[in-house]
Formats: sequence, C-alpha cells, structure tokens
Amino acid sequence: MVGETLRNLLMIAWLLPLAGFAVEIFGGFWGTRQSKLAAWLAVGCIGAGFLCSASALVIWGQSNGWAALHRGGHGDHGAAGHDSHEHDSHGGAEGHQDPHSSPPATEHGASEVNSAAATHLLTVAPAVSAAAGMLIQEPVAADASAGEAVSGQTVFSGTIYSLATFGDLQLSIDYYIDSLTLVMFTMVTLIATCIHLFAMGYMSDELTEEYVDHHAHLSNGHHVHRPGRFYRFFAFLSLFCFAMLGLVLAGNIFQVFIFWELVGICSFLLIGFYTERKTASNAANKAFIMNRVGDFGFLIGLMVLWTFFGTFQFGSTYAADGSVAQAGLFEMVHRDSHGKLLTDAATGDVIITDASGNAQLKADGQARTIPYYLLVVAGLGVFAGCIGKSAQFPLQTWLPDAMEGPTPVSALVHSATMVAAGVYLVGRFYPMFVQEVLLTIAYVGCITLFMAATIAVVATDIKKVLAYSTISQLGYMMLGLGVFGWGAGLFHLITHAFFKSLMFLCSGSVIHGCHHEQEMPKMGGLLKKMPITGLTMLVGVIAISGLAIPGTPIAFSGFHSKDAVVASALGFVKANPGHFLLFFVPLLTAGITAFYMFRLWFFTFIGKPRDRHVYDHCHESPAIMTVPLLVLSVFAAFCAVGGEEGVLYKLITGDQPAHIAEGIAGGLSASGITLPNAHSIHAPSESGGLSIHAQAGAWALLAAFAGALIAYVLYGTELVNLHEVKQQLSGAHSFLMNKWHFDELYDGLFMRPSHVIGKCCAWIDRTIFDGILHGAAQATVVVSKWDRLFDENVVDGFVNLLARATYSVGDSFKTIQTGRLRQYVMFIVVGVVALFAVLFSTFPR
Amino acid sequence: MLADNNINSYLLVGAVLFVCGVICMATKRNGIGVLMGVELVLNGANVNFVAFSKFTRLGLDGQVFSLFVIVLAAAEAAVALAIALNFYNNHLTIDVDRASKLRG
Repeated sequence: MVGETLRNLLMIAWLLPLAGFAVEIFGGFWGTRQSKLAAWLAVGCIGAGFLCSASALVIWGQSNGWAALHRGGHGDHGAAGHDSHEHDSHGGAEGHQDPHSSPPATEHGASEVNSAAATHLLTVAPAVSAAAGMLIQEPVAADASAGEAVSGQTVFSGTIYSLATFGDLQLSIDYYIDSLTLVMFTMVTLIATCIHLFAMGYMSDELTEEYVDHHAHLSNGHHVHRPGRFYRFFAFLSLFCFAMLGLVLAGNIFQVFIFWELVGICSFLLIGFYTERKTASNAANKAFIMNRVGDFGFLIGLMVLWTFFGTFQFGSTYAADGSVAQAGLFEMVHRDSHGKLLTDAATGDVIITDASGNAQLKADGQARTIPYYLLVVAGLGVFAGCIGKSAQFPLQTWLPDAMEGPTPVSALVHSATMVAAGVYLVGRFYPMFVQEVLLTIAYVGCITLFMAATIAVVATDIKKVLAYSTISQLGYMMLGLGVFGWGAGLFHLITHAFFKSLMFLCSGSVIHGCHHEQEMPKMGGLLKKMPITGLTMLVGVIAISGLAIPGTPIAFSGFHSKDAVVASALGFVKANPGHFLLFFVPLLTAGITAFYMFRLWFFTFIGKPRDRHVYDHCHESPAIMTVPLLVLSVFAAFCAVGGEEGVLYKLITGDQPAHIAEGIAGGLSASGITLPNAHSIHAPSESGGLSIHAQAGAWALLAAFAGALIAYVLYGTELVNLHEVKQQLSGAHSFLMNKWHFDELYDGLFMRPSHVIGKCCAWIDRTIFDGILHGAAQATVVVSKWDRLFDENVVDGFVNLLARATYSVGDSFKTIQTGRLRQYVMFIVVGVVALFAVLFSTFPR
Repeated sequence: MLADNNINSYLLVGAVLFVCGVICMATKRNGIGVLMGVELVLNGANVNFVAFSKFTRLGLDGQVFSLFVIVLAAAEAAVALAIALNFYNNHLTIDVDRASKLRG
C-alpha cells in the first residue's frame, strides 16, 4: 500500500510537468505574448510536483520508521531527520527562515506537528505495507545481508504500464523507488521550482510582440527582430522536468535510455533557444552530437545486457501469488559476503543468479553465465552514455558551449540536474559495475576534475567559469563513485546541485543586472549594487570551495560532500597504493577549485569597477529573482549538516548497493583491486593518529584555504600585477585559454578527416559515379537515336508499304466498279464459266 | 435422239434456258427485262434439278430443291420489283445503266 501511495505521488509529480508542457506549447500559441500565464502554469506544475515528492519522502520514511537514519548505531539522528523534512517540505513554500538557526526545542515541536500531519496523510498503517507484498515490493538484499533492523520495506519496484512484448522482450514503463529516487525527486523538483521562479524574472524581456536580439545579425547588419518566446521557454522547461523525473523514476534501463534521450532533446532545444544566433545553434548541435557519441556506447551496453540477462528491469517482478516472476538485473549478479562475484569455477564466467542468489539454470541443466569481459563491456557501454551526458573526459567540450542557452537553463539543465543524470545512472546501475569499470570511472573522473578546474582558472566569461567548475565537480562525483564511495559521490551530487544552481542563478542575476554583460573583466565592485546576489553568491562560493572552521562542525554543504569524496579516495589509495593519483589530484584540485571560485567572486563583486558604463547601469534584480536565490542559498549552506553522520547522507545511502554496504570486509577481486573497508575509513588508525576521513578532510581544507588565500591576494588586493603574471605564464595561459586544445584536437582528429573524406567522396561522386551515370545517359541517347532511325525507316516503312499496296490495289479495283448491272452479270457468267472450266480441267472424271 | 427420253435432252433444255436468261440479263437495259432474265436462269436450273431427280440417285431431294428455288424466285421478284418501283420514283426510269450511284 505504501508502494502504491509512493508510486501515485511520484507519478503525479512526474506527469504534471508533461501536462503543463502540453498546455503551454499549444495554449501559448493562441495566447498573447505579454502573458505570464505559461510561467505560472509551469511553476504550479513543478511546485505541486515538489509537494508530492516531499510528501512521498515523508510517507516513505514513516513507513519504514526512518530506518535509513538509524543505520550504523547512530540512532539519535531520528529527530534530526524529522526536522529535515519539515525543512524540506516547507522550505520551498515559506523558504526564508532557516530552521537550523532556531532553538532546538522549537524544531522538535514543529517536527512533531508535521509528522502527525504526515501520518494522517497515510491511510494505511506502515505495518500493513509489509504484509501487503502482493505488489512487486521487496526488501533489497542490502538490508537483509547487513542484518540490520528494518521496520519496513525501503525499495519498491513494479510496472506502471506494459508497452509491448516482443517474444521474450518486455518493454514496459516501470518504477523503482528507493531512498536515492526519493531524494533525487525532492531535489530536482525543489531546484526546478526555484529556477522556474527565477526564470520568470530573467526571461521577462521575452514578454513582447517584437523582441530585438542584439546578438543575432541579419546579412544587412541589422539585428534580428522576432516575436517573444516566453511561453515556449517555459514549455521546454516543463518538458525537461518531465523527462528528468521520468529518468529518475525509471524502473528499467531501457526506460532510462528513453528519458535519457528526452532530456537530451530538451537540452538541445534550450541551448538553441536563441536559435537565430549562429553560436547558439552550433552549441546545440555540438551538445546533441557529442551526446550521441556516448549514447552509442549506451546502446551497446543495452544489447549486451539484453542478450545475456534477457531483461532490462532493475528490480524483480512478482507474480500474483508473491513468487518471483522475473528476477531483476540487480539480483542477477550476485556477490558473496566478501564482495566477490559468483563465478563458474571452470570457465571463470560470471554466473547469473535468481532473486535468492542461486544460479539460474538453462534448459539443459547448465547454469546461465555471462563472460566476465562482456560484463565489463556492458558496464563501460553504460558508462560511455554517462560520459556524454555528464560531460566527462573525453566528451566534455560540449558543456561550456552549452552556456549559450539562457542562464536559468544553464542552472537547471547544465549544472544541477541533467548533467548529474550521468552520475545518477552510475549510482543507480552500481550493482552491475565490476572493478575494471569502476577503476575506469575513477580515472575518467580524476582526469576530468583536474582538467576542467585548470581551464576554469583562466576563463573570463562568468558562465564559462561556472561551466568548467560544473565539469570539475561532476568529475569529483565520478571519482567518488569509482573508488567505492557510492554514498560520497551521490552526496556530492545533491549538494552540488544546490550550490551550483545557486551560483548559476546568481550569475544570471548579475548578467540580468548588467544588461547581458558576461565578461568578468568588465565587472568589479558589484557587491554595493547587488548585495543580495553578491552575498548569496558568496554562500555558494564558500560551499563549493569546501571551506569550514577547523575543529567545529560549522561548515557549508560542499565541505561535507567533498570531504566524503576525498576520504573515499584516500581510503582507496591506502588500500591500493598504486593508484595514488586518485587521491592527490582531487586534493590539488580542491585548492584550484577554491582559487577559481574566489577569483570569480572577487573579480565580479569586489574591487574597483573596471567598466564605468556597466557599473552605472547595473541594478539589483527584482524580488522574483532574489527570493529563489535566498531559498537556494539556505539549502546550499545547510542541506548537508552533519556530514556523513547527517540526515542527507544517511537518506541517500539508505539503500546503497549490497556489496559496498558497511560491514563487508575488503576482498581481493580479479583485477587485484582491494576494496577499502568502509569501517576503516572512519575508525581511528591503529597508530593512534587521525582516521582516514579526518586526515583527508584536513588536507582538503588546507588546500581550499590555500586556494582561497591565493585568490584573495591576486584578485582581492592589488599587491600583484596580474598582467605581468599573465605574461610570464603566457604559455600555460594560452594553453588553458584554448581549453587544453581539445576543440583543436577533435577538429584535427574527426572534423578535418571527415572533411577530407567528404571531399574524397564528393570527388568520387562527381567524377566516377556521375561519369558513369552521364555515360549511361549518353549511351541511352545514342541507342534511342538508332532505335528511332530503325523505327522510322524499317518498321514504319514496312507498314506504310503494306498500306500503300492495299491502297493501290483498292484504287485499281475501283475502276472495275462501273455501276453497270449488265457488265456485272457478264463478269458473273464469265466467272462461272471459268470456274467450271477450271473444275473440269483440274478434276477430270 | 429426243425420243430416247434420256437426261441429256433435259439438260439441253436447261442449258438453253440458262443461256437465254444470261443473254437477257446481259443485254436488257430495262430493269424488268433483267428480272425476267433472272427468272429464266433460275428455271433453267430448276429443269436441271428435276432431271437429276428423275435420272440419278438424287431422288426427291432435287424436286424439293426446285420448289425452294421457285419460292426464292418469288421472294426475289417481290424484292426486286419493290426496288424497281423505288428506283422509278427517284429517277423516273428503270434503266439499269442509270443505277450507277455506287460506282467506284
């Protein structure tokens, strides 16, 4: 029953934006261009979706007694959990007061009231849900194997609608609801609501019958004049929300793929929103095409999965009597208590198991198996899709160009949610990844985070800096996931979504206030002009830099999540010293991150105004844009309170994959990677020093402070002449300004060769194929000329001759026809006599 | 020779009648005259039929055939006289040499 309630709530949250999209795109066409109705409709849809998601989270927590928060003997966090939900479900609506700043007693009082209300929402007591397992609900293996007290189910999966059945292949719309789904739903809907509100202010200059696009020029040098497209923007945003929520809710990998493509097309439409600008349409194409490259790998992964597992579903499906009808993908790859895969002793192939961990048998009694290397291929294939979507190395170049879209789009699609979908999928699909794939993920993340951070250091476009920082942070998430820090990576995903959307909206506010000026060298000293934007931006900057006051629990969200990632990396490196780069690169990059983020902030908000014109015309944004900033800044600062002992982390990791759950001893895998023991990361080391976690946190904090300090010295004060520094480092500077020459590299590797090949093909076409065709045509003409001669002379001649002969015979017979009756009689007589003569002479007696 | 009462005398009469009829058709310009010639030819044939009927194994068939010919001659005469009347109406003559409208 809880499962159905959750399913229905999330489905409402999922489908409302689709309904909104339909109304906006068709209704907006007939409405007036000055109407804000479409925006309010979109806000209403996504806001209602947020309420549904938040209440679903509360219902889910109530039904299992907040089991996720009680794990690992930290039972005293239950109250904080309630508090968080009070915060979650009302933060968006009221949103200005931070509950954490109020005294604890008040907090508890409020949470009691709220949970009572939530209980009323539940029509069925939680205990019933456990018994009502007829639908497709199973406790995931994690809870069973970890042997912890579970007061209710936490994972719900099932089929919403069966699309089609092709032989054994069933295509259906499924749902898979666990703690990660619910947290993602709440996060996406909350951020999307804030961004919708912000966009209403940001896009207001589209509310006109004739919009003049100053960045798009016609061939005669004039600006492009076009009707405003306010309603269309919000329709696209709604469609995007629908696709993103569908991706999160999806219960099978094929459905994920469908919505994956749908968010891709939304991204395409939104990047190319100013489609008259050449740069925008190019960027949209680039994003779409680079994503297709990754999706090709995704498709290969899907094929491998389908061939060997025969299903796309994550969770098991259940028959009416409660027995397992079809084991889900996650049950089919079984790991023992040491985290090892169940393999065939003779061949080394991985054995495919049923829901209870026993090998599935084929018709001939043999166990079903999949070759190990194909499991690697499937994992790498799916990860290739994630590389494209999350802009990881080597497909990272599309994301900075995607900043051509309006800033709310950058905030929602290209930093907070869609690009995080790749990370989400890695997290969701984690049970299927083997060690080699995870190592690849870790190294790809490691390369990406360093490369993007270095480019961000020299970028001058305020949005480009944020774009590279997004790529870099996504690299952190991938790294975290790759080094077995499942919770850490996804934790960073959630906190990053909040502070990055906040910073993008702040940059949007700056751009709006400065009349679409994006170059930081023309800004400076804007804090006086836009205090709210500046201060909320500072919150985001501190959060992403991971600053904290040492020795106290006072820290913003980014500190906790980045700490978790770096700690996971350090744990991994301690267990596998050969992969030391996986720790040192992110540590160094933590410092670079702090540097470039503070550089951005100092550049924009502090110092002397560099462009008098921009400064004079700059103004603070209206309330509809600043209120979302305030709401998001509260979340950016406090959503991760408590770090890995806090509510958010525990909620996310409530249903973490079985084989990385705490309590599993590190084991050797086929590839020689040692799994770090999750306990050992947090426990103090034997030598009595700091725990791995504390060590990593201290190093990261040091790096962040160093980065921030350097940024302050360089950009906050006037101690150093920046031009001299730039000239001395001109080689490195130009290398970074050219984005490590990746665009040139891809130009040389793919574009030029394809142009050359295209030219060759054109030449072959023009000379050989066209030559053959022309020759054939000419031959045909010659043949038909001959044919014509033959026709005219021989065939026609014969026919004419016949006709002429017939005519002349007839003509000569005409003279016999005299009209004289007596003559005719004579002819008859002569004829008869002649006949007789012939008869008698021929046939004599 | 005539007293022999054999077939040749009958055939002779028939042949004479036929030749007279043919000459009549070939020489007369009067339509009625031509018609008379036709009757002579037909009756010459009739005489032959009857003669064959009597002197050969033809039997009654020859006589029946001659009856047919008589009936045909009557019908033909009726049609031909009707044509002759119409022709007279149009040309005020029954000279068959004038009936040359269908000449080639």
